[in-house]
Amino acid sequence: MTYLAKPKLHHPKLPVNRLGYTRRDYEGAVSTLCAGCGHDSISAAIVQACFELDLPPHRIAKLSGIGCSSKTPTYFLGNSHGFNSVHGRMPSVLTGANLANRELIYLGVSGDGDSASIGLGQFAHSMRRGVNMTYIVENNGVYGLTKGQFSATADKGSKSKRGAVNNDSAIDLVTLAIQLGAGFVGRGFSGDKAQLVPLIKAAIEYPGAAFIDCISPCIAFNNHAGSTKSFDYVRAHNEAVNRLDFIPAGGEITMQAAPGSLSEVPMPDGSVLRLRRLSEDHDPTDRTAALNYLRQREAQGEIVTGLLYLDPEPDDLHAHLHTVPAPLNRLGDAELCPGSAALERINAALR
Amino acid sequence: MRPTDIRVPDYFHKVVDCQWACPAHTPVPEYIRLIAAGRYSDAYMVNWESNVFPGILGRTCDRPCEPACRRGRVEQEPVAICRLKRVAADYKDDIRGRLPKVPAAKNGKRVALVGAGPAALTVARDLLPLGYGVVAYDQESRAGGMIRTQIPAFRLPEAVIDEETGYVLGMGLEARFGQRVESMKALLAEGYDAVFVGTGAPRGRDLEIPGRREAAAHIHIGIDWLASVSFGHIDKIGKRVVVLGGGNTAMDCCRTARRLGGEDVKVTVRSGFEEMKASPWEKEDAMHEGIPILNYLVPKVFTHDNGKLTGVTFEKVAARYDDQGRRSLLPTGEPDVHLPCDDVLVAVGQENSFPWIERDIGIDFDRHGMPVVDAATFQATLPGVFFGGDAAFGPKNIIWAVAHGHQAAISIDQFCHGDDIRRRPPAAVRLTSQKMGIHQWSYDNDIILDRRYPVPLRDKIIALKSIKVEVELGFDRKLGYAEAERCLNCDVQTVFTDKQCIECDACVDICPMDCITFTENGEEQELRSRLKAPAENGSQDLYVSDALKTGRVMVKDEDLCLHCGLCAERCPTGAWDMQKSIIQLLRAGPSCRSS
Ligand SMILES: Cc1cc2nc3c(=O)[nH]c(=O)nc-3n(C[C@H](O)[C@H](O)[C@H](O)COP(=O)(O)OP(=O)(O)OC[C@H]3O[C@@H](n4cnc5c(N)ncnc54)[C@H](O)[C@@H]3O)c2cc1C
Ligand SMILES: Cc1ncc(C[n+]2csc(CCOP(=O)(O)OP(=O)(O)O)c2C)c(N)n1
Ligand code: SF4
Ligand code: SF4
Ligand code: SF4
Ligand SMILES: [Mg+2]
Repeated sequence: MTYLAKPKLHHPKLPVNRLGYTRRDYEGAVSTLCAGCGHDSISAAIVQACFELDLPPHRIAKLSGIGCSSKTPTYFLGNSHGFNSVHGRMPSVLTGANLANRELIYLGVSGDGDSASIGLGQFAHSMRRGVNMTYIVENNGVYGLTKGQFSATADKGSKSKRGAVNNDSAIDLVTLAIQLGAGFVGRGFSGDKAQLVPLIKAAIEYPGAAFIDCISPCIAFNNHAGSTKSFDYVRAHNEAVNRLDFIPAGGEITMQAAPGSLSEVPMPDGSVLRLRRLSEDHDPTDRTAALNYLRQREAQGEIVTGLLYLDPEPDDLHAHLHTVPAPLNRLGDAELCPGSAALERINAALR
Repeated sequence: MRPTDIRVPDYFHKVVDCQWACPAHTPVPEYIRLIAAGRYSDAYMVNWESNVFPGILGRTCDRPCEPACRRGRVEQEPVAICRLKRVAADYKDDIRGRLPKVPAAKNGKRVALVGAGPAALTVARDLLPLGYGVVAYDQESRAGGMIRTQIPAFRLPEAVIDEETGYVLGMGLEARFGQRVESMKALLAEGYDAVFVGTGAPRGRDLEIPGRREAAAHIHIGIDWLASVSFGHIDKIGKRVVVLGGGNTAMDCCRTARRLGGEDVKVTVRSGFEEMKASPWEKEDAMHEGIPILNYLVPKVFTHDNGKLTGVTFEKVAARYDDQGRRSLLPTGEPDVHLPCDDVLVAVGQENSFPWIERDIGIDFDRHGMPVVDAATFQATLPGVFFGGDAAFGPKNIIWAVAHGHQAAISIDQFCHGDDIRRRPPAAVRLTSQKMGIHQWSYDNDIILDRRYPVPLRDKIIALKSIKVEVELGFDRKLGYAEAERCLNCDVQTVFTDKQCIECDACVDICPMDCITFTENGEEQELRSRLKAPAENGSQDLYVSDALKTGRVMVKDEDLCLHCGLCAERCPTGAWDMQKSIIQLLRAGPSCRSS
């Protein structure tokens, strides 16, 4: 908890993006989370990603549920739309918003409790429907806001701060998302922004359901020995399968001389996802292979991070529903109400 | 890079840019906080300990601290450090009871001071409380040196000089005023244990160009003319005045002329406006009073009508730079410029002169006629004779004179105790945590954007009417508080303990100035280029930790840190703490002696 506003002063050489904004213009109110909370680093990564993508803040909508993680939208994008919904209900509120106005950029921010416990059903359906959004779960393995009870993503056998052992199986949201049909699935770590920022950028630009499971240590309740979501544990078991570079449409493609084979996946809007594979047996575009790979690695106790699955041919809810290209909230009476003659015809067809 | 050793006293001292830049190392942020707290007397005493003349300096200091001030780098303009000093002096209570007590029992040593300007008075201030018998000779009838004879009263009222020189005189200084020392040999023969020469740079340079002798009646040497004004011997000048020169003497001359009947007063300089020696604010003050400054004019002839000055003719020049970037002023070939005038004030430089020091008594002089003086101990080639202030290395300013005085006093005390005067104990630094509670710090760390407040001035019409009316009104308490709040508390240091860091990035994320980076170690230049914000100001240090758990290091660029403490506030483990650094300044006395 910090009571002071972050000073408005900034580095005189702070870069400005194409819209004339600095990174600081994408910040929000000062965080009230515990000092050192992983969630704050994810907020900083979101700020950085939006700045680098030159996103106009007023075209972004950030929605969340309940939890420390779900509080974070207050701490970034202070000039964007926001909706702090009910516990576990962010996906349906976001789906509704997206249906009404498909032109906004949707950012769903949630926690492991919010998405894997009370909101598991909502999570599942937003993924299978392919709602065009970036869905970030700030995963700390506990209910931080209610003082550290195990959440559904806590690993079996991991210990609580007081020493209690978790005997239930963990829900792996990454595997679930891939199975459910999400087009873009990644895992990041709040302590590695070099990996996280490009992941978020690519997810935002991905025109379909993009899911990021971001491990985010809870300093207050889950950063001790025996936890599998602590800084030390995650650093010791983190296996990055690839390094991602997001190259916006028309962006310059420069080659870097570093080991690992490169593959470039073009996106429909002309942007390119460049992946440097760090593990040769992982192919992110093959759903079954990706699932198998994750299984094997996780059985070895590794926390696999990076871009884990990518459907190179994305589609989304609006395509499934054959909606018109114009946002529904901008349709006028004439378009929405075809008149009594048309109604007559429909009724006649149903008789 | 090697991990930074923060126990080296200079490391944190350098972070306090203003204090580091101040020749007397005044603990600036400390007194500014006291002003903000309304503790004016305490603020005054903090100043007095370091610079002896807070009220005088608060009006006249050359303020090397201000160009150094961090606020100027993070916002636009530095904190008005100098004028805040005046706030302390203006609103303090009677502080006489807080001055050091002078022991009744003397130590038996006697020291002679030649001159009673700021340098010599500083020596007296430091030696009298140690029990020395100190005798000051000055040809003038009162103490203060050029502070009194040169700096015009509209910048520095006499009462302030009386008060602050009075504190030193009141400590038992034996004043032999109105007595010029004519022979060093004779003075040494009086058996003093040490002699300090603080005679300043009393001679104004002349300008030997055609017409100088003929029109002499209306051509005046600036510093002599100012002294005559200050003594009341001169109280008027012609309507049209040309001032030659671009230093602070020229600025005082032109403004004084405006008050003594000069209506059309002009300053002319050989160089460009930017390169003038006068400080930017002095130029502003002069122009504010309707005095134009004309540049690139080299005086050629004083024109006169049968010995009555009619004006000055100038050659027009332009600055040319050669391959090495050296500047020369070359005639442009344009027609000469003639400025008609009734009086000329020549303010083209000051010189030292030591006619009273015999050259065969062991005090060596160089070929420019300057004494050979050790830059650290201020001792001349004759042991027991010390120089300081403008007399030591040529004309500078008051705060340098004070700084010299402190150092010379240490040497004199060591010398009188048979110590090696080249041995100076290392400065010490003390660090104290400023944490009061989980989110409470003992200082105001809420940094807001706030531009420098201008000092209110007296109405120009009234100000120009009299030589004695002080132009600047000074900050009132409210403005003083507002300006004090602009200070970033650079002495409250960010102290990092690597063992405690869990590399959670909280400090990196919160830091408003992008000071902090966790990265692989490297050579300094290379490291500077790959920090979160490139560290381009090479004069500011990088604070580098030992290797952390991931093998990386913490690197903090000190350059633009706001000392806001947010890094410490967001740190979950207390790896960052805000600690006030107190730099223990050396003073004459037992702490500098060997026994
Ligand atoms: C016009 C003008 C304006 C200035 N304005 C500023 C300013 O705004 N701010 C600033 O910081 N500095 C200013 N200065 C410079 C400042 O006044 C000097 O740097 C400072 O006073 C030097 O102090 P000092 O102790 O070395 O010598 P001085 O102040 O020069 O004092 C020397 C004293 O020694 C006495 N003396 C000399 N020879 C003998 C002798 N043989 N026997 C006995 N007594 C002797 C003199 O009478 C004098 O009183 C200004 C200077 C001038 C000329
Ligand atoms: C309907 C409802 N049930 C229960 C709660 C209590 N509650 C608040 S936050 C929370 C868990 C949040 O956990 P998570 O999503 O992991 O967020 P974290 O605080 O760990 O970031 C719970 C159970 C609630 N606010 N509303
Ligand atoms: S309780 Fe845990 S998750 Fe919540 S703010 Fe504190 S550290 Fe972050
Ligand atoms: S901000 Fe304050 S402490 Fe820092 S350099 Fe300026 S006056 Fe000194
Ligand atoms: S005090 Fe800490 S957070 Fe504030 S500017 Fe300095 S390094 Fe950054
Ligand atoms: Mg949680």
